[in-house]
Amino acid sequence: MPEVAVAGFAQAPNVRETAGTTNGVEMLVPILAEVFAATGLSKQDIGFWCSGSSDYLAGRAFSFIAAVDAIGAFPPIHESHVEMDAAWALYEAWLKIRTGEVDTALVYGFGKASAGQLRRVLALQLDPYVLAPLWPDSLSLAGLQARLGLEAGLWSEKDLAEVAARARADATDNPAAQLSGRVDVAELLDTPYVADPLRTHDIAPVTDGAAVLVLASAERARDLVDRPAILTGVEHRVDSPVLGARDLTRSPSTEAAARALDLDGVELAELHAPFTHQELILRRALGLNGDVRISPSGGALTGNPMFSAGLARIGEAAARIHRGEAGKTLAHATSGPVLQQNLLAVLEAR
Amino acid sequence: MPVSEAPLSAPLNVGFDYTRSTGPVLGRFVEALRERRIEGVRGSDGRVHVPPPEYDPATAEPLTEFVPVAAEGEVVSWSWCAAPLDGQPLSRPFAWVLVKLDGADTSLLHALDAGSPENVHTGQRVRVRWADETVGHIRDIAYFLPVDAADTTPTEDPPPVAKREEGAPVSVIITPVHLRYQHSASPEESRYLRGLAEGRLLGQRCPACGKVYIPPRGACPVDGVPTTDEVELPDTGIVTTFCIVNVPFLGQRLKPPYVAAYILLDGADIAFLHLVLGCAAEEVRMGMRVRAAWKPREEWWTSLENISHFEPTGEPDAAYETFAHHL
Repeated sequence: MPEVAVAGFAQAPNVRETAGTTNGVEMLVPILAEVFAATGLSKQDIGFWCSGSSDYLAGRAFSFIAAVDAIGAFPPIHESHVEMDAAWALYEAWLKIRTGEVDTALVYGFGKASAGQLRRVLALQLDPYVLAPLWPDSLSLAGLQARLGLEAGLWSEKDLAEVAARARADATDNPAAQLSGRVDVAELLDTPYVADPLRTHDIAPVTDGAAVLVLASAERARDLVDRPAILTGVEHRVDSPVLGARDLTRSPSTEAAARALDLDGVELAELHAPFTHQELILRRALGLNGDVRISPSGGALTGNPMFSAGLARIGEAAARIHRGEAGKTLAHATSGPVLQQNLLAVLEAR
Repeated sequence: MPVSEAPLSAPLNVGFDYTRSTGPVLGRFVEALRERRIEGVRGSDGRVHVPPPEYDPATAEPLTEFVPVAAEGEVVSWSWCAAPLDGQPLSRPFAWVLVKLDGADTSLLHALDAGSPENVHTGQRVRVRWADETVGHIRDIAYFLPVDAADTTPTEDPPPVAKREEGAPVSVIITPVHLRYQHSASPEESRYLRGLAEGRLLGQRCPACGKVYIPPRGACPVDGVPTTDEVELPDTGIVTTFCIVNVPFLGQRLKPPYVAAYILLDGADIAFLHLVLGCAAEEVRMGMRVRAAWKPREEWWTSLENISHFEPTGEPDAAYETFAHHL
């Protein structure tokens, strides 16, 4: 089976609100042009297209169909969609290349989270019988998870603020980030609770955005980019949707995915943690040693475009290899409530 | 590209009463709630799950052994909700809680009416405040209260109930879902809609392939680039294809039979859907020449509704070959 590599990556600025439509066309057209220019590909060269987005963000059924205009869907193309973060669209595209059916694929994700009330819209991804009818918002659910860890002594409010401060400092080098800059941990701890025990800095900002990633067979990728980032492992797992039956301070699905991969020698890990305490859960689940740099882009805490933030983590981890800054990287994406579903990708220069 | 004004934007409110079958496990759970009792189910590892999953979270085996549990228990974790959102169990500030009911091994998510965060702590004893009217729905648990607090406040109205036989068990639950959005049109669509308010039909041309789209598109589906050059189109064109609507449906504005047709304006490369009136339905045909019938000017706004319908001009039909590639 052919190996698969990431050959290109681009993302739209992570912003609090765009003036554009919920179908993402305005955000996608420029970044598609960017990856085509960088790889020398044109739309006729792409064997398979796959996207991630959600009708609930747009408030319309089949909303992703309109976005297909941005990729130029006529004459007919070979296309698919997942109602999840586009990291799972990448998984589908990766499989398609592994089978040998195509040797290039373009994966994209987009979401205009600002069009509705995000923390309320996300209640609709919960169990529809016993949870969604109560409209538990995503911040409150994360708050329940954070308190379990605080009271078990797994982390302190100071630990959480330190995660936020490091993320914003790292994001100063990331022009796409929504939040960045030097912040003082003690000052963060003086701010009021938003969803006690969580404060504003513990919560990823509501973000509109989009990301595009080009995959190719390893052989083809060598023609497109100097240092292809070979996807040497992709694994994803899911935990029970029954929130009260899970140990919310752990991420068994991430642990299981990590066990199936070779993480030795990983130099940096881009983690999709929309809440500060979730970064700590993921770090423990992955068993990374202290030398591994965590989310040097600033991560989701500095910009969390719904349905593309996970794909962007894979893009950021690949871009470090493209630029010669790392030889082996790890990317993580999450989807669903309180880290329910988790995907890991290992990328290597060869 | 014309000088751009801010895109048109408007509230978009959607709502739907989701109606779901409950099945044997959740059906029994909500049926018990209607009778102000709580039942869990025993998992393959012996744990009692509340609320009951239909399948074991670890082994995926079907679960069938029901176990009654208490309507009282202790707080496992909590998070304070200072500004409740639409649809949440309480409209005054409250705590979200995971509650482990006495006799259960897993916890149930719900709301705790406690007044302020100082009154909440992990390990706290709480009890169910039943809804004043129970219908067989998770909302029959209105919220939780500290175990010794009094029921002084009336609870909210129950969710709507599906029709069922007198005395029949709960087999269907209804959950209303209402969401509010701010919908934005694209810059190209906004130009088009503002044109309609002036009685103009504005298309835009793709700079790559030269095709003219009305309404104009954020990106040409052939080339993936935004349409740019503005093209004003006449209000005459042809019927490319059509259907005769014979079936009455909810919200219908016209009495059947009537004709819904794809209209291709002269100079356009894409057809749009509109009505063809002004002749008998059976006289409408592919290639028929039609012209817009505009509503009175004082009724115009940023909508294609400004054109009431299209009607035949009486000119000779267009030859099939001239529009075959637009079908």
